[in-house]
Amino acid sequence: MACFLAPMTEAIVTTVIQKAVKKKEDSSEGKETVNKIPLSDKLRWLNGMLWGGSGLLAFEHLWHGEITPFFPFLTAARDPADTAEMLHEIATSGSAMAILVTAVWTVVAIAADKLCSAGRPAVKKAGASS
Amino acid sequence: MTLLMTVFAAVISTIIWYISSKARELKVGVLLYMFWGASLMWLVDAVVEYLEAGAEFFEPAASDMLNDTFLGISVIALALVVWVIYLLIKDPAGTLKSNILSRKDH
Repeated sequence: MACFLAPMTEAIVTTVIQKAVKKKEDSSEGKETVNKIPLSDKLRWLNGMLWGGSGLLAFEHLWHGEITPFFPFLTAARDPADTAEMLHEIATSGSAMAILVTAVWTVVAIAADKLCSAGRPAVKKAGASS
Repeated sequence: MTLLMTVFAAVISTIIWYISSKARELKVGVLLYMFWGASLMWLVDAVVEYLEAGAEFFEPAASDMLNDTFLGISVIALALVVWVIYLLIKDPAGTLKSNILSRKDH
């Protein structure tokens, strides 16, 4: 009914976090060099999957007539019984979608870090004495 | 059917992204995000449907399959349109910019 709203909400939150992390990384650039992919880059992957996936799911809901271009935008919001069912679906299917995407992203991010550190010789923190 | 088509699109775009540096320059990664994200989400939908309907889930009516196929093709078309728009905005090869500049010169 509107399960895509859960990953879309997560996408909004992670986009804000990604912007903040990117800002922080830019301001501390050059201070330290570690053998890892920047967190902001990894968060960009998560944002891409969440925005892309929920966007295509929103199109599917439009296809099935569950979203309308006029208020209240969700057809299930017109009837209280349908609204309750919709909220239940967002809480169950929607949350499961968001959790699965985040879990897959976590695995990919850890694997990418491992590959990155295995491919390069260890880089010590700048300024560290030998 | 929509899930299957999206998974195929995700796998194909991943292979293209992996083997072609030109594809990576042309921001094929955007397709990867969209197709993998949607595939994972529709997988959850499919599991929920399977838990509710049981084995009947694997025997859809012909009309449902046709509608889902049509939806799958439309989803892929939409993703490709989004990618092309992103490509034109980012213009990684500078084609659009150089074309506009050359028109300005004339």
